[in-house]
Amino acid sequence: MDFFLSNIDVFVTAIGQTLYMVVISILIAGILGLALGIGLYVTRPGNLLGNRVTFTVLNVVVNIVRPIPFVIFIAAVSPLTSAVVGTTIGPNAATFALSLAAAFAVSRIVEQSLVGIEPGVIEAARAVGAGPIRIIFTVLIPEGLGPLILGYTFIFVGIVDMSAQAGLIGGGGLGDFAVTYGSQRYNWPVVYITVATIIVLVQLGQFGGNALARRALRR
Amino acid sequence: MTGEALVRLEGVSKVYDTPAGRRTAVDDVSLEVQAGEILGVIGYSGAGKSTLVRLVNALELPTSGRVFIGAQELTALSERDRRGVRQGIGMIFQQFNLFRSRTVAGNVAYPLRVAGLGKAERDARTAELLDFVGLLDRAHSYPEQLSGGQKQRVGIARALATNPRLLLADEATSALDPETTADVLALLKRVNRDLGVTIIVITHEMDAIRAIADRVAVMDGGRIVESGPVYDVFAKPTTPAAARFVRSVLQDRPSPETLERLRQSHPGRIATVQVAEIPGFIGVVTSAFAEHGVTADLIFGGISELQQRPVGALTYELAGDDAAIDAALDGLSARGIDWNEER
Repeated sequence: MDFFLSNIDVFVTAIGQTLYMVVISILIAGILGLALGIGLYVTRPGNLLGNRVTFTVLNVVVNIVRPIPFVIFIAAVSPLTSAVVGTTIGPNAATFALSLAAAFAVSRIVEQSLVGIEPGVIEAARAVGAGPIRIIFTVLIPEGLGPLILGYTFIFVGIVDMSAQAGLIGGGGLGDFAVTYGSQRYNWPVVYITVATIIVLVQLGQFGGNALARRALRR
Repeated sequence: MTGEALVRLEGVSKVYDTPAGRRTAVDDVSLEVQAGEILGVIGYSGAGKSTLVRLVNALELPTSGRVFIGAQELTALSERDRRGVRQGIGMIFQQFNLFRSRTVAGNVAYPLRVAGLGKAERDARTAELLDFVGLLDRAHSYPEQLSGGQKQRVGIARALATNPRLLLADEATSALDPETTADVLALLKRVNRDLGVTIIVITHEMDAIRAIADRVAVMDGGRIVESGPVYDVFAKPTTPAAARFVRSVLQDRPSPETLERLRQSHPGRIATVQVAEIPGFIGVVTSAFAEHGVTADLIFGGISELQQRPVGALTYELAGDDAAIDAALDGLSARGIDWNEER
């Protein structure tokens, strides 16, 4: 415990790094994944912009990337990370890999949220002369908002988990702290405190997400 | 009919490629709808009615044939231009298809947003429309807080937002109870009469046709098998498919199963008489039988009213000797009454 208290500044920095990685990643992955997910949904044959070729390409790409374990994904995208961020280590490199991996996960979540929308509602919008882009922004997203928020909350938890793994490439954060100051020194209190912190973080995110979703769903 | 038609379909077909093979939903349909009329399109489910109505506002494009709205050929326009045409055509749906994420007012204002109206204009028009359908006090409710009839009234207000000349109603009352159906039909009638909106009503319900349609087209297997004034089609269907549909909605003639059952308790000859517009019709029929000493026992039948005129059929068991029965039936023919013997 004394050891933990003497390193409290490192712990606080780690919380900051985790929050940084998680918040930036969920923003970037949220936007990329939303675009990709909407792309998957609208290009499915029979849907708004049904196009078998585009859909198949998107679908296969997502299916290839998504099952790759994150630790391997980090290594696999390192050339790209290097090209974009300029380095393959540190919080920014970790955030880049995190955002990319999460974007693919988000895309499926988005697609699934949109599948629940009544096709008739989209037809009603088409019937009053709305075009595809307008329908995406004024029908698909608002009508799917409740499930979308729950989906993003789910992804938030996943990103917290992945951000801990990102510690492996010097990403810092709570996962890194738990390993280097905790388990590697057999200092279990440090591990427990760090894990408890992560749990609190996840709980807060889940509560917030649920509350927002309830509002969107008016339940 | 002349070139004044608001809607004109010329040899329109719609074929879908499904995993089970090609399916022709609409098969070479030509149709005209005059400005100001209410056309009912009836037929069993799967007859192609819903596809047909979606061809009218180009939600679906025909595989072949041409669709005109006024002088504009919808099938020759770009998708962007078709969107403009759709703004002038309202549509209401069986499941209402309201936006759950929007209030009643938000739903009604949506087409106005699409049409590019400013907020002040949208608000004024929305209030006007909600007043017209009697839901001004529910402007800030969400769809799930409304009853089915109220939802459909919101649907109608939304469909009328842009002052369309044409309203398409796709099974608009099929999800409603009979009383609410009557309310919604009365509202549609008012839309037609007071606002001069032409309406195409897709339905499999007799009530909807009876209450509001001027003219009716019967669809079967993707084709329009018969069309004409409502009374003519229902009182004297000329094609077997139309007759089959009319019988099934009027329920005025015994089905083969019912006839089988009737025969067990009524072993005599059985004849069905078509109700005709003759003063004292039932008395005329009864006395035609009595004249020949035939006892006629009414065992099945139904008479309803269409456009203030009677329509239906009565089924009698006839007792007497064969020659007398034949003479009595000939007597009916002589009075201009159609009949057929059930065998």
